[in-house]
Amino acid sequence: MSAPLLTIEDVAVELPTPRGNLRAVDHVDLSLEAGRTLGIVGESGCGKTMLSRAVLQLLPKKAKLTGRVMFDGQDLVRLEPESLRRLRGRDLAVVFQDPMTSLNPVLTIGTQLMETIQEHLELDAPAAKARSIELLAAVGIPAPEQRLAQYPHQCSGGMRQRIAIAIALSCEPKLLIADEPTTALDVTIQAQILDLLAREQRRRHMAMIIITHDLGVVAGRADEVAVMYAGRVVERAPTQALFKRMHMPYTEALLAAIPKLETAPHTPLPAISGRPPDPTRPLKGCSFAPRCNYATGRCHEAKPVLTSAEMPGHLYACFHPIRMTEGIEA
Amino acid sequence: MMQLAVRPAPLLNVDNLVVEYGLGNKTVHAVSGVSLQVARGETLGLVGESGCGKSTLGRAVLQLRRAKSGRVMFDGEDLTAMEGEALRRMRRRVQLIFQDPIASLNPRRRIGDIVAEPLIIAGIKDAAERKRRVHEVLSAVGLDPDLVVGRLPHEFSGGQCQRICIARSLVLNPEFIVCDEPVSALDVSIRAQILNLLEEMKARFGLTLLFIAHDLAVVKAVSDRVAVMYLGRLCEVGPSEQLFARPAHPYTALLLQAIPLPDPDVRPAESVAAGEPPSPIAPPSGCRFRTRCPRADQRCSAEIPELREVAPGQFAACHHPLA
Repeated sequence: MSAPLLTIEDVAVELPTPRGNLRAVDHVDLSLEAGRTLGIVGESGCGKTMLSRAVLQLLPKKAKLTGRVMFDGQDLVRLEPESLRRLRGRDLAVVFQDPMTSLNPVLTIGTQLMETIQEHLELDAPAAKARSIELLAAVGIPAPEQRLAQYPHQCSGGMRQRIAIAIALSCEPKLLIADEPTTALDVTIQAQILDLLAREQRRRHMAMIIITHDLGVVAGRADEVAVMYAGRVVERAPTQALFKRMHMPYTEALLAAIPKLETAPHTPLPAISGRPPDPTRPLKGCSFAPRCNYATGRCHEAKPVLTSAEMPGHLYACFHPIRMTEGIEA
Repeated sequence: MMQLAVRPAPLLNVDNLVVEYGLGNKTVHAVSGVSLQVARGETLGLVGESGCGKSTLGRAVLQLRRAKSGRVMFDGEDLTAMEGEALRRMRRRVQLIFQDPIASLNPRRRIGDIVAEPLIIAGIKDAAERKRRVHEVLSAVGLDPDLVVGRLPHEFSGGQCQRICIARSLVLNPEFIVCDEPVSALDVSIRAQILNLLEEMKARFGLTLLFIAHDLAVVKAVSDRVAVMYLGRLCEVGPSEQLFARPAHPYTALLLQAIPLPDPDVRPAESVAAGEPPSPIAPPSGCRFRTRCPRADQRCSAEIPELREVAPGQFAACHHPLA
């Protein structure tokens, strides 16, 4: 196994609020090798976006970050702003959920693409333009030369996301973070964009983090999945292992709550009762215990730590893991 | 136009409805000749991608957007011909639930007043009666009336706000509710709670629902029949189970293929969905799906396909339906 490209070590993010400090990310460890895809799954407020912002060093000013983010041999947390700026956009790229707000509405698509390319690569204007056209063609934009002169509002949502991806890919990044890249798009366009990301990743041997609330998005496309709940990683496993033998009751409940195409109409859904805990209040036990069907007294008293399962690379944080032995349910 | 009668007397009968918007000197063809029926006690799911006209259709049914032509018959009366007081009276029987539950509650008003508002508009002067109704519907949606009536919307989560919106829609004892993407703004765990609640309320209050959503699995979970819409026209209508198992329209099949399944053994089919929907300002001639359809030929650009019965109860508007 090669050394990981990215290692997140004991990262915690706290945000001050009028009601007290909010634990957005609660001591997370993750790692990712070159050419691999990590899916980070969780519901709104679980800390998945804050974690990605911690990697990019794009946290709100007031946020308090502890821990280390090792990327390609450097700790991003301790890096000078100037070195960080050179890294972001070149080795470290990001695609956000809403392509309309991540593109500048008053600059043409060509200007925005060429700006990034010329900032980081030593290319003159004609070479940067040629590369822009090449990139737009690679992400499946018809008539790329004409598009360069257009503004974002002249493109559809799917086109805009393709352009945002082209900008992110423009300097051959080592790591691409895609934060809910298809949530704002229709299902047919979503499939096209996910295909595009997978294809470009393979071609460029890039590492990728897909952040999503949709287990369906990561199922067929991530090598490994980390499930987050209330700021913590509660289960982490190679994708196949996670879907086959999940050990964390939250993962099971999350999967069960999704309406399935094969289920008959009017079948009551196994909903998770209640809602996630208030992240500003201290929590003694397992953060999922108040909503968990398997919780006992111990779960409310002590916090379970990530434990290795029988499969290598499979970790879970639970005192009463499910499906530990084939056929026997806990 | 062929009648798609499901049961003897549908509660809602939309007949050849056309809705258009002006956009500068251009026309947006939002709904172009849609006919559908919803039987009393039935849930009809309406699916389609953004911009296909499904929300416009829902609003035109409730007369929140007036149709250019066509009729909306509700319990034997033509809503499109109604105005003023008659329409206001009719509106007590038909309600709407929106996508964004937080934005659809006035942030400065207390929950008790928000839920009581429809009763005041309906002219129920007895305050005790109003209070009784408000408490009844709030308990029905799983909230504790004594704890919530005095509070403001910002004190509630998205899921709870949607419960409040559902309570408000139920307070006048309506017969028919248009649910416009009621769960798309909610998290997975909360979405299941709200879908279950809608099913419970439907059974308890004997409701008929038009359930609009872009998520096919969500629509299937609650619908007896499903209608698939593309660029202002219906592609296919049929019983949920049958439509999902054996789609006849290529667009329905494409939508089904594009859904990412939470199962790592199912490899996503590479680029099943080519291209993007054309603009409703200049929709394609003939079949509006033909520009993205793998089965399209000359006839599809020349001739508009009508809805035809392809299997018992299942209708598709396609010249080359899937076997």
